[in-house]
Amino acid sequence: MAHTDNGPVEFSAETMSKINELIASYPEGKHKSALIRILHLVQTEKGWVSTPSMNKVAEILNIQPIEVYEVATFYTMFHLEPVGKYVFEVCRTGPCMLVGSDNIIEYIENKLNIKVGETTNDGVFTLKTAECLGGCGYAPLLQCKYKFHEHLTKERVDELIEEYRSGKHDQN
Amino acid sequence: MSNRKLLIENVHVEGYDTFDVYRKHGGYRSVEKALKSMTPDEVVEEVKKSGLRGRGGAGFPTGMKWSFLAKPEGVQRHLVCNADESEPGTFKDRYLMEKNPHLLIEGMITSSYALGANLSFIYIRGEFMYILHILEKAIDEAYAKGFLGKNILGSGYDLDLRVAPGGGAYICGEETALLESLEGKRGNPRMKPPFPAVKGLWGNPTVVNNVESIAAVVPIVNDGGEEYAKIGIDRSTGTKLISASGNLVRPGVYEIELGLSVEEFIYGDDYCRGIANGKKLKACVPGGSSVPILPHFLVTKTAAGADRLMTYESLADGGFATGSMLGSGGFIVFDEDQCIVRNTWNFARFYSHESCGQCSPCREGTGWMEKVLHRLEHGHGNMRDIELLEEINKKIEGNTICPLGDAAAWPVAAAIRHFRDEFEWHVNEPQQAQTRNYGLITQPSVAV
Repeated sequence: MAHTDNGPVEFSAETMSKINELIASYPEGKHKSALIRILHLVQTEKGWVSTPSMNKVAEILNIQPIEVYEVATFYTMFHLEPVGKYVFEVCRTGPCMLVGSDNIIEYIENKLNIKVGETTNDGVFTLKTAECLGGCGYAPLLQCKYKFHEHLTKERVDELIEEYRSGKHDQN
Repeated sequence: MSNRKLLIENVHVEGYDTFDVYRKHGGYRSVEKALKSMTPDEVVEEVKKSGLRGRGGAGFPTGMKWSFLAKPEGVQRHLVCNADESEPGTFKDRYLMEKNPHLLIEGMITSSYALGANLSFIYIRGEFMYILHILEKAIDEAYAKGFLGKNILGSGYDLDLRVAPGGGAYICGEETALLESLEGKRGNPRMKPPFPAVKGLWGNPTVVNNVESIAAVVPIVNDGGEEYAKIGIDRSTGTKLISASGNLVRPGVYEIELGLSVEEFIYGDDYCRGIANGKKLKACVPGGSSVPILPHFLVTKTAAGADRLMTYESLADGGFATGSMLGSGGFIVFDEDQCIVRNTWNFARFYSHESCGQCSPCREGTGWMEKVLHRLEHGHGNMRDIELLEEINKKIEGNTICPLGDAAAWPVAAAIRHFRDEFEWHVNEPQQAQTRNYGLITQPSVAV
């Protein structure tokens, strides 16, 4: 997959305006509190959080790059490696397992011909597992770009893959 | 018994997540009442009288927690809402915030007034980003209608309210880890003391409360603490959101009056309607993954033979020997086909994954337990492994700066306590254990 992890990056005008708004919402001197949300914004724009992106965030917040690295590496939602256009994060924790999440994960692996952690050759899908996503009563479930897809069955997974391929979920 | 709903009664009303519809149904009355006719201390007093206990899992009296807040002159105070809901089996706050966002906003305003906070936060797990947007929309409406901002309703009281997301970390549900995260840092829990009530967000005195606790302040202020305390039994007052999952006919979020029988909750028509697919109940984890698992014969009855009730006291009846905890209300039900060893391994993997790594007993112990349980589940274990798990458990419990270590240790200890035969069967019959399930255990003939 084509990607670069060197050289300076720029964020879009839209991302920058959101970042500046966020920083302004915190009291003087407490702007570091905006860091996690800024990382979400960066990932939404870039698809993942690269080292140059983190350096840029450090520069914007006027903090040391290490302060960004240590946070980005702590929280599991941030992709620190390039990922596919869509990342399916399937919940694998107890309540989901009780109603078949293991089977769903295996089904997606076979269907996309990748293992957990891998990306399809065309760069469209990455499959990951997640710990409890907070939808136990609607299990099994997966999340993709902050969107929950619940009550998963093999048929529903087939549909979802088609829906994502056709761009149906690209709006909103 | 009756079934009063205080938190989610109107959520099916069209447009209930908008200010106007919510207001038309009596919304924001508690703010008017508190700001116009009560002092902050009088609000605290009502919450104390209500007997409300923290709904995040610990069950600590909310009014008492509020009364610990330090109030040094000239130092800003904060109320922080813990919406990091991440305990496996728990998804009640998500439901409440999504369906009834203004109730939380109203609770935040009334509670912030009681605590003298002028800048408050809702910290929500990053996976709930769509709910963050729902809350921000509700907050914008509240600002526009004069319920947030400067001089609210002409009372002279100012409040700003913000929402901040996490980035995917169970540990941030622990209140000091949450505060670290809110400051833009790793979610490493802080040493206590000082408690957040003295030194919290940015070093300022801070109260951290669960979503449901803050929402409950609204009916408490509207109707009075004494009215609220009339609902429920003994020290379990009011209503509670229970999120039911696992092998049930009708899993989901239910608001119950505390004191409902567990039998009614699992099998009743108004609730979960029994075990799915005509199967039998094997076990239940009644309060989120951290609390002890109960075998089927201790779920609806206590060891003494009394009806088990959905209360803090009744679910804990028998202590850890034969009881469990109400916890967060994450009610997970297992049917006869489920493997207890596999589930225990699954939970251990969760805690190992979520340990922040600060304290050695938790960092090393959770990973070690996960490995041992993995080999037991996959047919490579031996009898010594069962004892080993118990030993590791004892070395974690009580030896860490936050409760994640205990939360990881308890489910393993309880599973071995009640299902030792099933663990031993995995050692003795590893081939069978790979191809079929152990099934139900029988109730010991002697009282446990």
